[in-house]
Amino acid sequence: MVAQDAHAHAGPQGFIRKYVFSLDHKVIGIQYYFLALVAVFVGMALSLLMRIHMIWPTAILPIVGEIKPETYLQLLTMHGTIMVFFVLTTAPQSGFGNYFLPIQIGAPDMAFPVLNMLSFWTTFVAFVVMLAAFFAVGGAPLHGWTGYAPLSALTNSGPGEQLGADLWITSIAIFCIASLMGALNFITTILDLRAKGMTMMRMPLTCWAWFITAILGLLAFGVLLSAGILLLLDRNLGTSFYVPLVVVNGQVMGHKGGSPLLWQHLFWFFGHPEVYIAILPGMGVASQLLSTFARKPIFGYKAMVYALMAIGILGFVVWGHHMFMSGMSPYSAFAFSIMTMAIGVPSAIKTFNWLGTLYKAKIRFQTPMLYAIGFVSLFVSGGLSGPFLAQPVLDIPLHDTAFVVGHFHLIMGVAAIFGMFAGTYYWFPKMFGRMMNESWGRIHFVITLVGTYCIFMPMHYLGMAGQPRRYSQFTELAYLQHLMPLNRFITYAAIVTIAAQFIFVINLFWSMFKGPKASDNPWEATTLEWTTATPPPHDNFGGHTPVVYHGPYEYSVPGAAKDYVMQTDPAGVAAH
Amino acid sequence: MGLALLVIIWLITFFSTYFFVAQTWWLPHGAATAAAFIDHQFALTYVLMGIVFVAAQGALGWLVWKYRAGANNGPVEYSHGNTKLELIWTTLTAVLFIGLNLMGSHVWASERFDPAGPDSVPVEVTGMQFAWYFRYPGADGKFGRTEPKLMDPSAGNEAALGLDTTDPAAKDDVVTGTMYLPVGRQVDLTLRAVDVIHSFFVPSFRFKQDAVPGLAIHMHFTPTEIGEYEIACAELCGLGHYKMHGMVHVVSQEDFDKWLAAREAEKQ
Repeated sequence: MVAQDAHAHAGPQGFIRKYVFSLDHKVIGIQYYFLALVAVFVGMALSLLMRIHMIWPTAILPIVGEIKPETYLQLLTMHGTIMVFFVLTTAPQSGFGNYFLPIQIGAPDMAFPVLNMLSFWTTFVAFVVMLAAFFAVGGAPLHGWTGYAPLSALTNSGPGEQLGADLWITSIAIFCIASLMGALNFITTILDLRAKGMTMMRMPLTCWAWFITAILGLLAFGVLLSAGILLLLDRNLGTSFYVPLVVVNGQVMGHKGGSPLLWQHLFWFFGHPEVYIAILPGMGVASQLLSTFARKPIFGYKAMVYALMAIGILGFVVWGHHMFMSGMSPYSAFAFSIMTMAIGVPSAIKTFNWLGTLYKAKIRFQTPMLYAIGFVSLFVSGGLSGPFLAQPVLDIPLHDTAFVVGHFHLIMGVAAIFGMFAGTYYWFPKMFGRMMNESWGRIHFVITLVGTYCIFMPMHYLGMAGQPRRYSQFTELAYLQHLMPLNRFITYAAIVTIAAQFIFVINLFWSMFKGPKASDNPWEATTLEWTTATPPPHDNFGGHTPVVYHGPYEYSVPGAAKDYVMQTDPAGVAAH
Repeated sequence: MGLALLVIIWLITFFSTYFFVAQTWWLPHGAATAAAFIDHQFALTYVLMGIVFVAAQGALGWLVWKYRAGANNGPVEYSHGNTKLELIWTTLTAVLFIGLNLMGSHVWASERFDPAGPDSVPVEVTGMQFAWYFRYPGADGKFGRTEPKLMDPSAGNEAALGLDTTDPAAKDDVVTGTMYLPVGRQVDLTLRAVDVIHSFFVPSFRFKQDAVPGLAIHMHFTPTEIGEYEIACAELCGLGHYKMHGMVHVVSQEDFDKWLAAREAEKQ
């Protein structure tokens, strides 16, 4: 809460300083958002090609031509990598977080505006390098988004494992640097730039989620960066961090003494917190919206904050549950498994509190709320398959099958995407000054909710029946043949659901220019972004600094004039 | 919209649960000793998680319909939560989740912590892009030396593993592309990989374990039914991952001895 005046700066005038190399957190937030929007459509197109290849393996497609088994694995690798890094990490945290974190805590900008600009443009460079892997000789790598060594560490282990794999790991390393800069900025901003009266326990839960996510990012991306550099050394300078003595197709390679498990430990030490980096901001948005549209204070604010902290801490000690079948010590499986079950507890608390928020409420079903409700449903469905996979004995039949694919797509894929949709419909009026179309929003919601369940719920059945993941065709194994109708059903559902996403994009761009003008507080919400102009001025609050008097979710306060009390409203709310 | 949400959420819940309960698609037929316990633990976890799933989704659908703005004319309950309820809920979840976990631990332990029994059949499984090889130590009960320099995948079997024939222990080793096992006897498995990570997955045995270059991983299991069971590779290993499959023939002890003798004879 110091040195705020030092950050107040006049708005830049030229186009380049205003819209391209802008220091304004709001512009940077929108830049991140649109980068993620491009990335999500690339990632989605790749998944469509994969689904088509799975059920029509010999089909010749327009533009792409024939999809060979190795092409399928390249699509899979790039789909996973682009979605995890450039969508799930980029939009919820860097996009919405950049735009709304400073406003929600009453700050004029992020703590380090130049660092903020740098972190966006570094992310942009990482994305360009990632896309370049498609055009490398041999194409994109085929080693999956997890890049297990030695497959990823040898240049002759398959097509795409030459330049494509180098570009892939370079892009990830650049992305790590960008994320570290971003995380540092978020943490400093929250600790130092809160407005007068904005105590930590008065912050909206979105801010808490962004705060914990930033801490996770700061601790996790550094490890991935180091791991990635070691992988580059193994690939290009003949070191043996991850590769023991191996023989590829009769050729003895020069490596000796490395450990393939080292990569897995380092990767998942990042990879599991990454799951929470993707989903925590969605939890924040869901909490914010459920309270706002239920016109009721969030149930158990403190419990929500502690649950976020518990998830953050436990998230760093569960990485081994990805490795039950890896050959790591079977004794350690117990520790990782107990910790994993333990992390289910704070997740269950959050669900319980979301339901508690709806109890005896007055729910308004505007589109943002529909997505928040959808988020809760998906979070429950994706979460409850967790205790299967967390038990080492049940992981034996289920590990690396379609069950896992169904599980993580529901919980960290689609649930996080629903968080982004909720955030988009909710904050769009503040960002662009116009309302999105409600009818199309509802149609988009219904098709997307039902569609994603039709895609990902059947994957659990496939996995139970033993269908391994990352198979380009199911033609070779007799026991998989009776599952083909289910695989076809998933592909049809995917085609419909993907088509429905164009409704969203059209709604987004149409509303940006033609939507009805938005008022400053269209949802009658209480947090600081709704106290300022729409869209907010360059310094967010037009020259004055807000003072905060209440917690973030004072809805339906008995005796109050309206059914909501703004955080900046000096009129009393009974102390509690 | 409240009613629409209730219908959609409840329908999703109904159909998701129906296909589990009807067991339309289920674990493949179990044919090893671990299957009975794992299947039971799976069913138990399913029932418990199923109850939570139906309760949570059911409640979500009901709450959004019941408390929609048009219907609830009473005052909104101004409450910031209920600590007692939070504690009860937290304790219940913790007990449920951690209890489930402890129940499964002895099966996990028995296949991994203890060494295989004295009467077990030693088999070494080696994964390479994109085939499985199975080695039996022969009459001396000892696996002979293999040399990376001698590995020739195009020649198959013994040559593919680079078996060093100058080692006396290697002379009677048998290497095949199909796995044979006697029924009802414990298998003392050694898992290896020569190039990248593979995973030895036999769905009917409820068995899966990664084969990692540089490691020799020991596991044991007991097949309980005569028959043929498919092996799949469950760890992404390159472009041929989807076709890296094999077959386990579980036969009577007598047929197993005959088969092994015939392989030995072929070698000479």
